[in-house]
Amino acid sequence: MFSGDDSNVRKFNTINRRVFILSLAKGIVFTGILARLFTLQISDNKKYLTLSDKNRLREWRLPPVRGEFKDYFDKTIAGNIEVYQLHVIPEQVENFKYLMIRLKNILPLSNNEFAKIIKKKNQQKPWETLIISENLTWDQFSKVNFYLHELSGAKPVLSVVRSYPFKENYTHVLGYVAQASENDLLNNENIKNKHVPGLRVGKTGLEKSFENDLIGTNGVQRYEVNAFGKRIKQVNFQKGDKGKEIKLTLDTEVQKLCNDLLANKAGSISVMDIYSGEVIAMHSSPSFDPNLFLYGISYKDWDEIRDNPDKPLINKTISGLYSPGSTIKPIVALSALENNVISPNFKVRCTGKMEMYGQTYHCWKKKGHGVVDLRGAIIQSCDTYFYEMSRRLGVDRLKVTASRFGLGNKVFDNLYKEEKGGLFPSTSWKKANLGQGWVLGETLITGIGQGYVQTTPLQLCLMTAQLANGGFKIYPTLVSNKNQESLEKIKYKMAQNLITEEKYDSSIIRTAEEFFNPGEKDYKKLFRNQENVKFVLEAMFASTNQWNGTSYKSRIEDPKYQFAGKTGTAQVKKITEEQRELDLETSQIPYDDRDHAWFVAFGPYKNPRYSISVFVEHGGSGSKAAAPLAKQVIKKVIDRHEEREKIRQRNLVNI
Amino acid sequence: MFQQSSYSEQLTFFQKLRSFDFVLVFSVLLLGLISNISMFSTDGGELLYHTKSHLIRFVVFFVMMLFLSFLNLRFWHSTAYLFYIIVLGFLVWASLYGITASGSQRWVNLYFINLQPSELMKVAIIVCFARYFHREQITNVSSFKNIILSLAILVMPIVLVVSQPDLGTSILIAASGLIVLWLAGLNIRYFVYSALVLLVSFPFVISFLKPYQKLRILSFFNPDRDPLGAGYQIIQSKIAVGSGGFTGKGFLQGTQSYLEFLPEKHTDFIFTLFSEEHGFIGSVFLLILYAILIYRIIKIGSISRSYFGRLFCFGFGSAIFIYVAVNMSMVLGLLPIVGSPLPIMSYGGSSMLATMIGLSIVMSTKIYHKQIIN
Repeated sequence: MFSGDDSNVRKFNTINRRVFILSLAKGIVFTGILARLFTLQISDNKKYLTLSDKNRLREWRLPPVRGEFKDYFDKTIAGNIEVYQLHVIPEQVENFKYLMIRLKNILPLSNNEFAKIIKKKNQQKPWETLIISENLTWDQFSKVNFYLHELSGAKPVLSVVRSYPFKENYTHVLGYVAQASENDLLNNENIKNKHVPGLRVGKTGLEKSFENDLIGTNGVQRYEVNAFGKRIKQVNFQKGDKGKEIKLTLDTEVQKLCNDLLANKAGSISVMDIYSGEVIAMHSSPSFDPNLFLYGISYKDWDEIRDNPDKPLINKTISGLYSPGSTIKPIVALSALENNVISPNFKVRCTGKMEMYGQTYHCWKKKGHGVVDLRGAIIQSCDTYFYEMSRRLGVDRLKVTASRFGLGNKVFDNLYKEEKGGLFPSTSWKKANLGQGWVLGETLITGIGQGYVQTTPLQLCLMTAQLANGGFKIYPTLVSNKNQESLEKIKYKMAQNLITEEKYDSSIIRTAEEFFNPGEKDYKKLFRNQENVKFVLEAMFASTNQWNGTSYKSRIEDPKYQFAGKTGTAQVKKITEEQRELDLETSQIPYDDRDHAWFVAFGPYKNPRYSISVFVEHGGSGSKAAAPLAKQVIKKVIDRHEEREKIRQRNLVNI
Repeated sequence: MFQQSSYSEQLTFFQKLRSFDFVLVFSVLLLGLISNISMFSTDGGELLYHTKSHLIRFVVFFVMMLFLSFLNLRFWHSTAYLFYIIVLGFLVWASLYGITASGSQRWVNLYFINLQPSELMKVAIIVCFARYFHREQITNVSSFKNIILSLAILVMPIVLVVSQPDLGTSILIAASGLIVLWLAGLNIRYFVYSALVLLVSFPFVISFLKPYQKLRILSFFNPDRDPLGAGYQIIQSKIAVGSGGFTGKGFLQGTQSYLEFLPEKHTDFIFTLFSEEHGFIGSVFLLILYAILIYRIIKIGSISRSYFGRLFCFGFGSAIFIYVAVNMSMVLGLLPIVGSPLPIMSYGGSSMLATMIGLSIVMSTKIYHKQIIN
């Protein structure tokens, strides 16, 4: 038993020793676990907390509410309306196929629409909102609500979409919005960041130019979701900001009149404040209803717009390039006077045509005007006089004056991507672009606004404005800025420029000034001798208000509305001798061969304030097709003048 | 000696009650309370199925444990082999007619309870070894016969459990069995030899593993390999624990668990849930509670005058330690995911039953610690 006891003692010793070692090991392991807990829960707590939130929280971004456009009188011209939409979040629908088939029957959806929705579903993430219908009719909306208990997963929602209350009136100025395309996302970081299914973005016009101001910010709904993506509860809701409101200088009343006047015609009317440069109306015809694009335009409507030969998709006011015809004669006359080529007393005998180097250049009046001086040539728009004057002036000197007054240059800096600059030719331009030397005959036809000259209707409006204000540079604008200069200040600056001689053409000083005062509007003078400008303006007045003037029939005698203008009839096609002999009426000529009708004017004559250009594509003669329209617009604009001034005063006081 | 042995048999009921280990009882009760609170949380703050049945099991088995504590340690000594053989029989039954759930045939239907014999084997193997080495001379422990016999005792249940298949439980049985063998005095070099054999056979073992088991091992080494698949459990568990922070997200506030990102939150991942809701503080508290429990069991073993009681307590204490350590390491991403419940905390009747039986033997050792078993 002793040996057994001894063995027993050894046995107990062994187990005690070993359990001691084991206990140490246990201590170490538990310390290890403790250390691990410390690392996870204390050192890396932030990291895991973020991961946990990433697990449980999911954000749904709501489409931002787009900023509105207002006209000068605070009328909403591009707003937002509430519509009923039908949304589905595929992830939260138990039986998507069943739901879709039920919806297809209830709404009903066409096979085509159905396929489109399925395609869209496959392109987006399962938790992103799938828009089944963007604009439910009241009938559809009540039907969906009636069956809602069977349509688990479908959500009728009240949403906000763009609307253009004045339909085709502002189409070209504002452009339109439509669903953001791949390209929109690629080209604009802002759109990409704010994109949600169904987001509308500007496609053309100001809607596109001011996209970043208009777009606003997304509202965000943050939900807690479980591991299967089911929404458990809303954690918070962050309201989005509406996009910026943009106030334009346009007057809806005038704009509507322009639209009515150009109904069934192709053409453009623009009206401008000759001091502030504010564009009061700017319409291009034919137009279309931009609301059509909101929910995806139908093929039928799209084809109709696209295939219309009068090109409704083009904003003719700024992107249409046409020969200005006789409307540039005031500039040609001014250029000749400024360069001392002729004096106002210089006389030419018009026989109805002019021969030069075997070429015959015709005056519009076959019988000729007889002996005319400069004033008479402007009043009656005598081509022969201008041939002779241009011949003496030369195209290069003419181009300097024309460019200074805005011809051949973009009117707005970068407001519209679609704006075109047009062209005023010169000898060096021809050499560089056509590789040929200038021909004197080309100078003659340039002098009557034919040949290579290409201008937009708005350029001619600006040209007229800069003549009418006494010959000073102005800054055309569509957006009504709060920090605009008062009329008095503009007039004061112009008066200052009149007495400082250096300002004329001293381009180095001007460049330096622009460098030091960027954005400073200097309203510099565009002439050498203001008497020349005054002479031209008086001749334009006579052209409308003297018995033999080309636009005498459209005159208004009431001094309140009295205006001065210049007609233009631009040839579209070279006229053959036989055709000239026929002397057809406009209505007898095929539409596409008819002349373009122009009219530029300013008023009221005694104290000018507004300029206008009217363009009627293939309208025939300017005096018959364009001037009567201008008369009505001018009357309207002057009638609205007082109300407009009230707003201007209010804006100035608000500063 | 004879006197002493008869002394213990003269213990009155109150003497027995007085020699109860109240620290042990208290810590078990506390763990039971914590486990029921956690179970309540897994049910999303409602008294649902899991909470109810866990509570019932805990109460029933805890009371059973108290009653069984009054049994003389001799009873356990004399029935040790029988116990082992019965559980082994259940294992065979399970492998033949067992109930299959989620691809594994682990349960036998006893009509009042679905028993998982592999859980009981965790205790039975320790009792069996304690009895086996009780009378063995220290010089004989490492004899060839003993090694072969003890290996047989160990390998038979392991093979049965592996074939269920249940890798986790078989590893735990093997680990606790080996620890008992080592404590019993088996020469250390046999462990070294078998470790070498295991290392060499590792590639063969791998080839026997089921694909999901291979994936689990792979995903342990790189959980991000397949974050939505095999690595999902580890990643989500770490996120839950880590996001708990110092004080935790609060009772019933564990987002990872109630939003169902956490897998198996009733069973293997109950510690994750607890740790998410109660943070570092709570986790340390729970760890300390287990440490106290293990310490008490070892302490009781060290005062036992019978080798059977001593070896059992040391073995069982170490086994509890292994379960806790493996489970926690697993949910904290320190070990691959193998099914291993946390004693008392995890949902599961068989595991609770086995733990309570083990604890009652420990308690019996305490009450009869002065008794020598021949």
